[in-house]
Amino acid sequence: MQPVIPIIILALPLAMFLVLGLFGNKMSHRLAGVLGTAGMGVTMVLAYITSFTYFFSGNSEFFDAETHTRLQAVIFNHDWLSFTDSLVIRLGFLLDPISALLLVVITTISFMVHLYSNGYMRDHHGVWEKGFQRFYAFLSLFSFSMLGLVVATNIFQMYIFWELVGASSYLLIGFYYTKPSAVSASKKAFIVTRFADLGFLLGILVLSFYTGTFNFTDFTSSEVAEGVYAVNAATAEGIKNIFATSAAPTFMGASVLTWALVLIFMGGMGKSAMMPLHIWLPDAMEGPTPVSALIHAATMVVAGVYLVARLFPLYLMETAALDIIVVVGALTALYAAMVACTQIDIKRVLAFSTISQIAFMMVSLGVARPEFHHGLGYMAGMFHLFTHAMFKALLFLCAGALIHAIGSNDYTAMHGLRKHMPITHITFLIGCLAIAGIIPFAGFFSKDEILTATLGHSTLWYVWMSAVAGLTAFYMFRLYYLIFWWKEHKVPEGHHAPHDQPWTMTLPLVILAVVSCVAGFVPMGNLVTWNGHEMFDNVNFFTNLAALDWSVAGISLAVAIAAIALATVMYKKENPMPEKFKNALPNLWRWCHHRFYWDELYMFITHKIIFGCISKPIAWFDRKMVDGTMDAFAAITHKASYAIRGLQSGNVQMYVWFYLIGALLLGAITAICLL
Amino acid sequence: MDLTILYYLIPSLIMFCCGVYGFITRRNMIAILISLELMLNSVDINFVVFNRFLFPGDMEGMFFTLFAIGLAAAETALAIAIIINVFRVSENIDVRDITKMKY
Repeated sequence: MQPVIPIIILALPLAMFLVLGLFGNKMSHRLAGVLGTAGMGVTMVLAYITSFTYFFSGNSEFFDAETHTRLQAVIFNHDWLSFTDSLVIRLGFLLDPISALLLVVITTISFMVHLYSNGYMRDHHGVWEKGFQRFYAFLSLFSFSMLGLVVATNIFQMYIFWELVGASSYLLIGFYYTKPSAVSASKKAFIVTRFADLGFLLGILVLSFYTGTFNFTDFTSSEVAEGVYAVNAATAEGIKNIFATSAAPTFMGASVLTWALVLIFMGGMGKSAMMPLHIWLPDAMEGPTPVSALIHAATMVVAGVYLVARLFPLYLMETAALDIIVVVGALTALYAAMVACTQIDIKRVLAFSTISQIAFMMVSLGVARPEFHHGLGYMAGMFHLFTHAMFKALLFLCAGALIHAIGSNDYTAMHGLRKHMPITHITFLIGCLAIAGIIPFAGFFSKDEILTATLGHSTLWYVWMSAVAGLTAFYMFRLYYLIFWWKEHKVPEGHHAPHDQPWTMTLPLVILAVVSCVAGFVPMGNLVTWNGHEMFDNVNFFTNLAALDWSVAGISLAVAIAAIALATVMYKKENPMPEKFKNALPNLWRWCHHRFYWDELYMFITHKIIFGCISKPIAWFDRKMVDGTMDAFAAITHKASYAIRGLQSGNVQMYVWFYLIGALLLGAITAICLL
Repeated sequence: MDLTILYYLIPSLIMFCCGVYGFITRRNMIAILISLELMLNSVDINFVVFNRFLFPGDMEGMFFTLFAIGLAAAETALAIAIIINVFRVSENIDVRDITKMKY
């Protein structure tokens, strides 16, 4: 494949960022919006061309027809900084199943969000929000960074773009920079993820120190032709041997490779909001809602999942690291689902739901083993990443439409909106059905694959994750009923009745709703597998349906329907049942409502322990000892010079006297010494 | 009677002491300058005398003296320029009244 189109895919959003960022204020709001959207549209088309070429052209650089294996193609790999022969930082474009999949996901969602923001970022009278051009510039910057991240050929390029997405996320969360809560949320997001990235960087350094390379293909694949690689477990085995035969193969009871992988996963935990580093994501909802849909639901937060998937053959070598991923993921999934049941801010419910769903993907990767259905968990995790991006972006954009119509994030201000906003209602319902896992919507298939993979690994986690899936269905329908049913909507005095939004906002909803209906039928088993081998011999539209394991699918469907039925009983019409429920389990409710006091715990640790016990003594030492020493020097010099300045009388002949006396004394001393 | 080196050095010493005394006690800056010249010239005499008596074959002392006379001329010009400027500012060349150059 010629590198022209891949270069444009990366260069166009960057160019848009520069144009809108530098000249945005000189152009009209409408032009800025159209320019940003058109740029992203072209990028999307090019990304589609690239991905479809990769998946369906059957070119020998992408697909080995003999073994039915998808290959990894390095389209270009430019030496960017070469420090020494072995320490070279490259920027390149790696096309393989997951990067091609992510290209589609990112550009689709990004384009929808660009389009949607044309309507969202203005008020009911059509007045554009302040900083509209800046908003589009940042969206373009984010799209560029995220695309650069997924196509990275080496772990250092990934790290660079990893930080860039973090920076653009910071800029967009703090978009309303006059609002203190938005400012502190953006700082919180940046600091927490930055802290996690410290682990990532350490992991990169450990890994590359031992192996002497940054390239992903050197970790996981073997070269089959010029610039074309195939995933090869033997290469990962070789990496493991490098560690095992090194001078210090273990550290604190675990192998160094495990440490490196766990540290890298720590970076993923930060970005993907896994417990205990999840605290930034709910606050990140302070950003504009399209940003939440793009960054904090569909793309950036799955970067951690992508990272693990990218290095998956290495993780397979150290199953201890995978076990850690499963435990972290499972705990996070349950925690976030429980919290989501009690939140009253619609966007926070969706944020916790996102955390929970990403945890599903993490668990799925963690339980994936090649022995079980060719690494079903890996495929399922990527499948869920794909479907979740679609329906969660849909749900967020619906939430944006609701917030735009009502002017509040609080669903107690909504209630009974189904007649006022029919399009939003239907699309939101489709999103809820998809995330709840109702056949035939997208989430059903991917979640079913995850549960199957989990059952293949351990029954405990299967039961656990099934319960979380039930909770998911429950809290999503609780949200749905409380927004659209519960009681008739009361329009406040002097307000218009809420209504559906302009076409720029409803069109993305409809498109994403359609995608959420059909995405589950994408035969992902033939597109994305851990080693590129196709799972099915031949595929058609019903492949996924035919491949279902009904003993698992039936149970998960039954659980989801039961949960939805419960939500229907409790929340469809106004009734005292939720209140009774709350009063029956007051402690559980309170803990969930306060998100298990994680933020308070962090506040305690940072303010009381770190600030109080470490920072304050250090500050005292700095102020009193370090500064004090310097201040003392200055004070002594000052005092002494003040005391002796009378000698500088201005009487020149006095100086001559001093000189003369000094000279005579010196002469006398010299004479005495010589005699 | 031989003219020993002392016959030269003692007048030179007297000259030097006069110069120092004048430099410290006189108030008029021109007088101070003259005292300075006195000291310089006594040093010049020493150079010549030591050269003549101790190293009669060499000429370094002589040359150094010529060099010093040249330098003294330049220095005097400079000093007089300063004195004139001081006079322009304060209409006065009494060194004890020039006390602005202190802390």
